[in-house]
Amino acid sequence: MLFLIFLSSGLFLGWSLGANDAANIFGSAVGSRMISFKRAAWIASIFVVIGAVFQGQGGSETLNELGTVDALAGAFTVSLSAAFIVLMMTRRSLPVSTSQAIVGAIVGWSMFTGNPTDYKVLGKIVSTWVSGPILGMIFAALLFILLRKFLQRARIHIIKLDSYIRTALIVVGAFGAYSLGANNIANVMGVFVSSAPNINLNFGLFQLDGVQILFLSGGLAISVGIFTYSKRVMEKVGNGILALTPEAAIVVVLSQSLVLFLFSSKSFASFLVSIGIPPLPMVPVSSTQLVIGALLGIGMVKGMREVKFTALGGVALGWVITPVMAGTLTFFSLFFIQNVFGLKVSTSEIERTTDVITQLQSPQVARQINMILPGLLLFSITVIISLIYMFFRQQKLRLKTENELLMKQNEIFNSQRALKDLEINSIQAHNTVLATQLELKRQEYNSILLNIKEQKEFLENITNEIHELIGSKNIQKRDEKLKELSLILKQRMSFTREINDFYEKIEETHKGFTEKLQEKHPDLTDNDVRLAILVRLGLSSKEIATLMNISPKSVEIARYRLRKKLGLKERESMGDLLKNI
Amino acid sequence: MNMFSFKQANKSIELIDNFLNIIDQGGLIFKEGVKNYLHNNRESFVDNLKTLSKLETEADVLKRKIENILYTHSLMPQLRGDILKLIEELDGIINQCKKSLFQFDVEVPYIPAELNQDMIKLTEICISAVESVVPAARAYFKDPASVKEKIHRVYLYENEADKLADAIKRKVFQDMPNIKRLSEKFHLRYFTLHIEMISDGAQDVADLLSIMAIKRTL
Repeated sequence: MLFLIFLSSGLFLGWSLGANDAANIFGSAVGSRMISFKRAAWIASIFVVIGAVFQGQGGSETLNELGTVDALAGAFTVSLSAAFIVLMMTRRSLPVSTSQAIVGAIVGWSMFTGNPTDYKVLGKIVSTWVSGPILGMIFAALLFILLRKFLQRARIHIIKLDSYIRTALIVVGAFGAYSLGANNIANVMGVFVSSAPNINLNFGLFQLDGVQILFLSGGLAISVGIFTYSKRVMEKVGNGILALTPEAAIVVVLSQSLVLFLFSSKSFASFLVSIGIPPLPMVPVSSTQLVIGALLGIGMVKGMREVKFTALGGVALGWVITPVMAGTLTFFSLFFIQNVFGLKVSTSEIERTTDVITQLQSPQVARQINMILPGLLLFSITVIISLIYMFFRQQKLRLKTENELLMKQNEIFNSQRALKDLEINSIQAHNTVLATQLELKRQEYNSILLNIKEQKEFLENITNEIHELIGSKNIQKRDEKLKELSLILKQRMSFTREINDFYEKIEETHKGFTEKLQEKHPDLTDNDVRLAILVRLGLSSKEIATLMNISPKSVEIARYRLRKKLGLKERESMGDLLKNI
Repeated sequence: MNMFSFKQANKSIELIDNFLNIIDQGGLIFKEGVKNYLHNNRESFVDNLKTLSKLETEADVLKRKIENILYTHSLMPQLRGDILKLIEELDGIINQCKKSLFQFDVEVPYIPAELNQDMIKLTEICISAVESVVPAARAYFKDPASVKEKIHRVYLYENEADKLADAIKRKVFQDMPNIKRLSEKFHLRYFTLHIEMISDGAQDVADLLSIMAIKRTL
């Protein structure tokens, strides 16, 4: 438990490394939206962990040569001081290196505890701070020239090139993450190595010893840093100093990864020895400074105008300031921890010798823990969970598409219905208009009819009065009466005009009917046609008699004749026939 | 975002190629159309008009498809804007060709026979500008370094077109007393201007291409 509490400062350092340095690998790819952050974060996390666990040993060995921080509280203080410095420098946007901070902190520890600092090792490490970026610069320049030549020769279509670059960014990014994990895990967990638990986990396919478990947890801390914080840094960096063309981004990431890899690969070192070249030291180097080196390399190929010398100044300043500050902070923190909390920050010479002797007398065998079964169990559980997840996801997606389809159909249906409603409404409106028109016409005819009736009564009255006058002997009175009658008649002269008006109107409204009737029965007289129209209107014989100025009896006879002319049989209704024309 | 969008990439390459072919063909049809109008081949002219209108619609459809595919599959986030602008400008050329030929059909301008030769020459030069800008646009996609050497022809043709159009206008207003009405003179000036605008469109594309090519070679 205590171990875990002390380890927390290392994990915090790991978190800040993940938050800051993942941007050096995927910054321009994510910033330029060539790769989504989520994809980049997953790739970076997985490969950082793999690199840390399987190739992380080299760097921490060198750090231990510099100073073996052999007490947990000491390791905690060293790591915390380094993390604090990194955080502070990052806040001020200075190109800080976790490696330089940790080296400074270790030297600070050595000075505080009085352990001798191996200046040869220190020199070796410091030399890599310079040689690393220079190597990065050379790699970048060479790779950039090669890539540019290749692209000029290959004449790949720009869109195809885009998809190649996308793939390349992912592959190179994965390699970069692996190398970052391998190289920089020493910064995060290096100081805790001597306090690592002495156990050995057997997973069947591979085994993890205590140090590797330590590195695994460090790698996971880096992953957490990537997922929780690096998005902001990536977007900022990808649109700022790392706003590169995708081609240049590949070169930067690749040269950076190569240097990180070379400074952490034991097999490459032994290969160099085998061909008689002094090996590269296994030292954690700063990926940020490698990026600056690589950018310089590209700038030099393009022409010196793009080289930002201020960035170089920043790097050089980092070389001096970071270790000095980290060292000083560690020195004072250790003093504080030792004297205020009374914790042991180092092992004394005697204790160390005793330890070595006990180790020699009865070599402690690492506790073997068989992880094959739990590992298999964990693996199968993971597989099952992911299968279930995928199944549900698929289901959800299917439901979603079905839902969308349904919604669309519903929409179409609704709009169709609205259209139909609209049509029905318009037809109804049209019908209402027609009905009102019909009613108006009917009223018109009725009023005309009434009018005619009234006229007839009026005429009958006049006839009666004339008849009375015929018998009258008083000439003066007769003349007066005649004058009066003539005046009344004059007033009523419009009567025939009104009947004519009536017929005109009727014929106008029944124009189609009249034409069709005459076409079908050319032998019909004008009077017949008039009668037919009146019958069609549904008027009674009496009404027709008034209108045609004949007696109802004559109307009956005229109707009979018309029936014959129309060729109607006995039971057939003339009204129906005429209405259907 | 699709990681390995090779299929989409191939599809968009095909679309862009087809689009450029259509622009090229559109120029040729326009040239034929103007010639047929001037030589009074009404039937062939109407035929050209129909073909050009069809090509223009096709170009619009392709343009939309290209925009769609580049955005939905987020291809080339950095160059996408430039490429879409290029497509837009090229589409502008075929639009101008169609508009101009339609104006011949609608307004039926009276062009004196003595201007025929000049008009044909002007059309040919303008279309040559278009024909030179299309290969330059193609080169941008595959070989940006060669864009520069290809676009200088466009500038040359555009310059020539300007000069000739100027000469025609001068002739119409100053040396042709048989054209009495000012309205006729204006009409001729407008038709000259509309043909000339095609080479201006080509020049705009060339300007854009030169900047785009520099961006790519950085």
